Amino acid sequence: MFPIYTRRRLINGFNLTISLLTMAFGLFWLIWILFTLFKYGFGGISMDLFTKMTPPPGSDGGLLNAIAGSLAMTVAATLIGTPVGILAGTYLAEFGGRGWLAPTTRFINDILLSAPSIVIGLFIYEIYVVKVGHFAGWGGAFALALIVIPVVVRTTEDMLKLVPNSLREAAAALGAPRWKVITLVTWRASKAGMMTGILLAVARISGETAPLLFTALNNQFWSSNMNQPMANLPVVVFQFAMSPYDDWHKLAWAGALLITLGVLGLNILARVVFRQKMPSN
Amino acid sequence: MDGQLIQNPKIQVRNLNFYYGKFHGLKNVSLNIPEKKVTAFIGPSGCGKSTLLRTFNRMYDLYPAQRAEGEILLDGQNILDSKQDLNKLRAKVGMVFQKPTPFPMSIYDNIAFGVKLYERLSKREMDERVEWALKKAALWNEVKDILGRSGNSLSGGQQQRLCIARGIAVKPEVVLLDEPASALDPISTAKIEELINELKEEYTIVIVTHNMQQAARASDYTAFMYLGELIEFDKTDTIFVKPSKKQTEDYITGRFG
Amino acid sequence: MSKFFSDARLKRQRWLDLLFQNVTLLFAFIVLALLAGILISLFVGALPAIKAFGFKFLVSDAWNPVTDEFGALVPIVGTLATSIVALLIGIPVSFGIALFLTELSPRWLKRPLGTAIELLAGIPSIIYGMWGLFVFAPVFADHVEPWINDHLGALPLVGGLFQGPPMGIGVLTAGIILAIMVIPFIASVMRDVFEVVPGVLKESAYGLGATTWEVVWNIVLPYTKAGVVGGIMLGLGRALGETMAVTFVIGNAHELQKSLLMPGNSIASALANEFTEAVGDLYTSALIELGLILFVITFIVLSLSKLLLMQLRKSEGRQS
Repeated sequence: MFPIYTRRRLINGFNLTISLLTMAFGLFWLIWILFTLFKYGFGGISMDLFTKMTPPPGSDGGLLNAIAGSLAMTVAATLIGTPVGILAGTYLAEFGGRGWLAPTTRFINDILLSAPSIVIGLFIYEIYVVKVGHFAGWGGAFALALIVIPVVVRTTEDMLKLVPNSLREAAAALGAPRWKVITLVTWRASKAGMMTGILLAVARISGETAPLLFTALNNQFWSSNMNQPMANLPVVVFQFAMSPYDDWHKLAWAGALLITLGVLGLNILARVVFRQKMPSN
Repeated sequence: MDGQLIQNPKIQVRNLNFYYGKFHGLKNVSLNIPEKKVTAFIGPSGCGKSTLLRTFNRMYDLYPAQRAEGEILLDGQNILDSKQDLNKLRAKVGMVFQKPTPFPMSIYDNIAFGVKLYERLSKREMDERVEWALKKAALWNEVKDILGRSGNSLSGGQQQRLCIARGIAVKPEVVLLDEPASALDPISTAKIEELINELKEEYTIVIVTHNMQQAARASDYTAFMYLGELIEFDKTDTIFVKPSKKQTEDYITGRFG
Repeated sequence: MSKFFSDARLKRQRWLDLLFQNVTLLFAFIVLALLAGILISLFVGALPAIKAFGFKFLVSDAWNPVTDEFGALVPIVGTLATSIVALLIGIPVSFGIALFLTELSPRWLKRPLGTAIELLAGIPSIIYGMWGLFVFAPVFADHVEPWINDHLGALPLVGGLFQGPPMGIGVLTAGIILAIMVIPFIASVMRDVFEVVPGVLKESAYGLGATTWEVVWNIVLPYTKAGVVGGIMLGLGRALGETMAVTFVIGNAHELQKSLLMPGNSIASALANEFTEAVGDLYTSALIELGLILFVITFIVLSLSKLLLMQLRKSEGRQS
């Protein structure tokens, strides 16, 4: 009776079905990847993993030095990158009203946010590793810090902009100087949001491999000296996975599972912090 | 006319013009605000009454595109002067906003925040000051056992009284109230009006309101503004009983606005 | 009263205010300087190679550390080919996902599904690479590549792209892994821009009797054009610079191949594989020049992405 209408309905139905399938397609990979990780990774999780050093091929060992190295570099990178990011983000949100600096910085920051991390590694290699003459844990920490900065700048600015102006006015109306308004009132009001940003940044660097290849490199042994090459989970996973040895593969899978659990855990934690603590107004 | 009307002005506004970018928000406004009295600004929304209020503590300075020309004398000193220290000015001229703005900290710290900016008090003195301010704002009995709780946990009316307490704790000379009761229920509104009445013993109070009954009840003097101009300024009784301008009469009798 | 306002104290506060503002300004400036620093240091590092090869570097497919002859053609082609494959798969899938999330999904499913897609974006790329090498590549070699050889390989014109031994690793595999990686990025940008379309606009189209598909295709998509393209460019930027996911599966071969099934190399994977083992200044310098090329390309792509997304936001501001 209405041939045009029927045709339109069929097209609609067909395309919406495709849309449903693409959603399933996306989830399919997520499930497959997670399934694989658990299947191969769980077998390798044992006390040895957390108590023994990375082994030479053919003998038993764990990932203790890599886990410790990753933790050390991640903490150092977060401690370096967070203050820089918070202060720069504060400038963009609180003082960036006029002039060219704020819009330009915002633009560049968004580009750094998605810039290839391997290039960051090259940069630190050029300005740090070449100068000190050898690979070192600090190099890795600097490279990771450069990845932390844009994430924190972006979230800090976004979160500070969520703070209603009336709160700034109320603090200024008491005669508080600008720096006290910002540090004591505005920052405090957006604490949860800024925390979320830091957690997301930590999640991001916990799995980064490329920038560590030319900076921290790797180390078979325990190293607590950030001035020396330092073992770290992602690079160990990379080297072990690319090797021909089965027992190294097993450790690589266990390491990959650890990294993923850590990153996903941080991501979920960030969401929970944001949802619970950030006032909805 | 107000030359004779106001004997001891706290604030004198002389030929004040105000601009939001290119928009001319206040046009040649002149008036005197009497000391230790309540002065109300009324008028339809957008008439410039809040803008005028916000020049008294130069709140507009936070926004780069806004500027004022003319003179505002506080105790004879021009506060629009570029040499005026804004923080000092704002410590002398307190402000309470339309929506309650508790800081993200405890009730106690909300009050102590402003005090600490300009005074060094011992713990005991600070306790006394907090209690004094909360009592002034008629909030003490409701919060004395929960001073450590977040200011956000209070009800809207309580939050607004907390903000008033916070404003008077620094012992300002002038208190500006920008539609302080418009977001509140009638009972809280009544409490706030009562409070205003008590506060004028010690402070010069300027209140912006769109509620004419509130202006009539709570103020001694009333200024009627329209489209950025000051139309009429007189004793509140005179404005409401026998206004001299047609526009004022129209507004008060509800013929427009 | 005035005892509180000692001039020294007020002056100190003014000074601290100025200090605070300038410190934050300094740090904002550091972010800018970072970009400049990256460009300059890469350029300095690449200078010996630039001097030695000039423009020929871009078009030469030589890569011989023994004779010190280097050219960027193979990794550039590999980078572009993997990214194009990734976008060809990623764009339609991301669009479908965004459409599902904004228009079709029941309310209670929106959040968990959206979160799942964002978690997919959060998985570190090394995991994709490992999974691609150990799990995906064997399956792909055994079950998909023979089929591709038989069917797509027989096509006229493009057939040559799909002929080759079913090894599982190669440019096509790398492109597919990249697609899985960029889908969540593109999909979440698309979802976000679809959500800025005013409800009234969609309702008035539904009011005329349009189907969901017609509303999306004729109203939502044109309205968000700039944002959608911006999201795609963002995905492209990610794909171009992705290192680990590609390095595991691309095969690391420095020959120009006609077929997508053959191993190849991308800029990022060449860097990851060879940089720490590179001996000789020219070799290192050539690799750094590759990094510079990669950075410049992604810089341009990401700038375009950002400009397009800004344009959407601006036109949205004008309408409301």
